Amino acid sequence: MDDYNFAYLDEDTKRMIRRALLKAVAIPGYQVPFSSREMPMPYGWGTGGVQVTAACLKPDDTLKVIDQGADDTTNAVSIRKFFQRTAEVAVTERTQDATIIQTRHRIPEAPLQPGQIMVFQVPIPEPLRFLEPRETETRRMHALEDYGLMQVKLYEDIARHGEIATAYAYPVKVEDRYVMDPSPIPKFDNPKMNDSPALMLFGAGREQRIYALPPHTKVESLDFEDFPFVAGKADHPCAICGSTESYLDEIITDDAGSRMFVCSDTSYCQERSVQ
Amino acid sequence: MDDIFAGGFTDAPRQSADAFRAALEAMARPGTRHALQAQAPAPLSPAAAALILTLTDTGTPLHLAGAHDTDAVRRWIGFHTGAPICPAAEAQFAIGTWDALHPLDRFAMGDAEYPDRSATLIVEMAFGRPTHRLTGPGIDGHLDAHIPGDRPVAFPLGLDLFLTSGGEMSALPRTTRLEAL
Repeated sequence: MDDYNFAYLDEDTKRMIRRALLKAVAIPGYQVPFSSREMPMPYGWGTGGVQVTAACLKPDDTLKVIDQGADDTTNAVSIRKFFQRTAEVAVTERTQDATIIQTRHRIPEAPLQPGQIMVFQVPIPEPLRFLEPRETETRRMHALEDYGLMQVKLYEDIARHGEIATAYAYPVKVEDRYVMDPSPIPKFDNPKMNDSPALMLFGAGREQRIYALPPHTKVESLDFEDFPFVAGKADHPCAICGSTESYLDEIITDDAGSRMFVCSDTSYCQERSVQ
Repeated sequence: MDDIFAGGFTDAPRQSADAFRAALEAMARPGTRHALQAQAPAPLSPAAAALILTLTDTGTPLHLAGAHDTDAVRRWIGFHTGAPICPAAEAQFAIGTWDALHPLDRFAMGDAEYPDRSATLIVEMAFGRPTHRLTGPGIDGHLDAHIPGDRPVAFPLGLDLFLTSGGEMSALPRTTRLEAL
């Protein structure tokens, strides 16, 4: 396969992304600017994640790609095929067999292992962006470790809704320093980031930012002493595999309000169903 | 080896992918050792040569410290990467022995708004017995490793180090806390 360079990107671009990745790992939670390229897919389809994966892939890797936990939806299938064609790497749907897992908005249910790399697709990397639109200001707030505004936002959640109503992209603090957006994963997945044995890399293509969590890094979800963080999920067993541990999608089945709850992680659900 | 044209990657996309993953693993797990190979003129070690081929290009000013600043090394780096050779204060990467790199406060540590604008030092040394106990991100509990010495850190500012010894490499990001054994 000589129609493309290995893993699509040219070597200059990969070096630039690799240098950004190394600084991101050295400064956990800090967003490193990088010169994002146009990819053969629209922004919002995971161009940041794809560029990070392309810079990390080596020929003997086994790649897994998930979209909201599923291996078989359009975004996951097309990105997996993209790297099959351009890097000729092996692919899998089993979390345990993957060396690199590119994900849109989930962390798999199966425990991650040392040596695995998670690559997150990130739409808005700046956790303070909806509170302060100016990049110059949010950059200064990170420099001064000025995160009062975020605590006020969580407080206002409690004042209005009686609880912290943020259910996904729930902000975390990394190693007691940087407040970081974990990407729009459900807050159910937040605890999996703390002290994880796997390396976690985050790529935001449109916003041109890369950030990272090395393995065994302290990651705390922001909360208050009297309103502690709770990693919630729908209070049902999975309708297919019966799991009471996994994160569930709610599926509307007719026009009369019938619904079912099933695992969002298709690989996990399928493996349990076969057993 | 004096032939400046030899020693580069023969299959750059795949070899640099392997070398980068070793570097990424090293930076993500401080103190762990990884094999890296490329051939360059002395005194560049095989591991340091591979890091230079993998990470530097015409956009990354490189400082050669002490005995590493030879005509053969300059020409080899110029041919294979095109990285401009520069004084310590402007360097994005620097390479030399621990003593030759001193004083370390010559190198950029980044600033509060852009802590990533800091130098990465490639320290040529010979790995021996563990000298320090390492703790911090990337380390499950603690790890004992051979470290040349302490470096200036004012997190999030600081210098990130690759340590190279022959065909082996490890890394010391600014987050790693050191305790002399």
